[in-house]
Amino acid sequence: MAEQTHTETGVAHDEGGGQFPPFDTSSFGSQLLWLAIFFGLLYYLMSKVALPRIAGILEDRRDRIEGDRAEAVRLKEETDEAIATYEQALGEARAKAGAIARSTRDSLAADVEAKRQAVEEELAEKLAAADARIRDIKAEALGQVSGIATEATEAVVTVLIGGKLAEKDVADAVAASLNGGR
Amino acid sequence: MANDPIHQFQIQKFFSLEIGGVDFGFTNSALFMAAAVTLISGFLILATSGRGLVPTRMQSIAELVYEFIAGTLRSITGSEGMRFFPFVFSLFAFVLICNLLGMFPYFFTVTSHIIVTFALAMLVISVVIVYGVIRNGVKFLKLFVPSVPPWLLPLLIPIEIISFVARPLSLSIRLFANMLAGHITLKVFAGFVVTLSTLGFVGISGAVLPFLLTVALTALEFLVAFLQAYVFATLTCIYINDALHPGH
Repeated sequence: MAEQTHTETGVAHDEGGGQFPPFDTSSFGSQLLWLAIFFGLLYYLMSKVALPRIAGILEDRRDRIEGDRAEAVRLKEETDEAIATYEQALGEARAKAGAIARSTRDSLAADVEAKRQAVEEELAEKLAAADARIRDIKAEALGQVSGIATEATEAVVTVLIGGKLAEKDVADAVAASLNGGR
Repeated sequence: MANDPIHQFQIQKFFSLEIGGVDFGFTNSALFMAAAVTLISGFLILATSGRGLVPTRMQSIAELVYEFIAGTLRSITGSEGMRFFPFVFSLFAFVLICNLLGMFPYFFTVTSHIIVTFALAMLVISVVIVYGVIRNGVKFLKLFVPSVPPWLLPLLIPIEIISFVARPLSLSIRLFANMLAGHITLKVFAGFVVTLSTLGFVGISGAVLPFLLTVALTALEFLVAFLQAYVFATLTCIYINDALHPGH
């Protein structure tokens, strides 16, 4: 291509510059004027209208993306916080539940123990009462024995000696013999 | 005349406008500059009129071009260079659309005229020099002093100066020559197809090769149209960076 250009420009120079359009100086003034006008217009439109507008669009988009990202980060932090709070609450609840279970078990055990003790005491009381009653009955029976013995002795003595003895004497004698017999 | 590959570069005057003996007439070149400016501004302004948070397809393209040029400028000059963004963007868009408009058959290619590309290149270099001097004062001359052993400086400073002076030339001729040569080549090969196909069966079968070449060259020219606009914008960024940081 370079060679071709060289040839063409060479030809143009041989023909004296007037024939080959790019080297025709008579058109230079017009081209420069209109180039200045149109390139100046283009520069003005680009720098005042088109490029600031595109820059604005790109900046808006960048800001929007930044904003959305910041918002996403903030929401994620909030979520993490909520999860941490939830975990903590869960842990506390679990600990509380454990404590309640333990205290319930303890109180139930204490209750049962108390009831058991009460029942045992009651049983012991009843046992003691029964013992006392047995003793009473036994003593009563023994008392009746001494009465019977006295009557029998009185009767026997009456029959043997034919007279009545003082009831008190007989009772003393029987008691003495009973105590001595024990 | 129909097969003359130079004809497409002819300036055609629509009306005359003579001021002080110089003709400033409105030509096909001015028309296509106007078309390019209208297309660029119209597209960018219409595409972004929705100001959508979620872009439409058109708005997405506008944003893509914006970020492409903004990224190129920022990576080369850093954020300080962003004040030149409208300038670099306008240059890129103008060169790109002028190049692409030239790809339509019978359309005029504004950038195939050396005076246009040279004016744009001189504009770039003027901006660089004026801003470089305002910002750095005399230190701007450090641009010509590379950081090498002192005994090399007498050799290297002239080279740096020559390369600086050559910048507007290389910048303008690169774009101009690429567009010119590309369009001439296309026209020549397309001319072969037409000429050969008038020669009967042998000619038509012989025209297949230049026809395929024309198709391939058209694709190549689209690539070149974009690439030259990009190269122009990138070199502008590099030169602006010199004005911002003259020390090598």
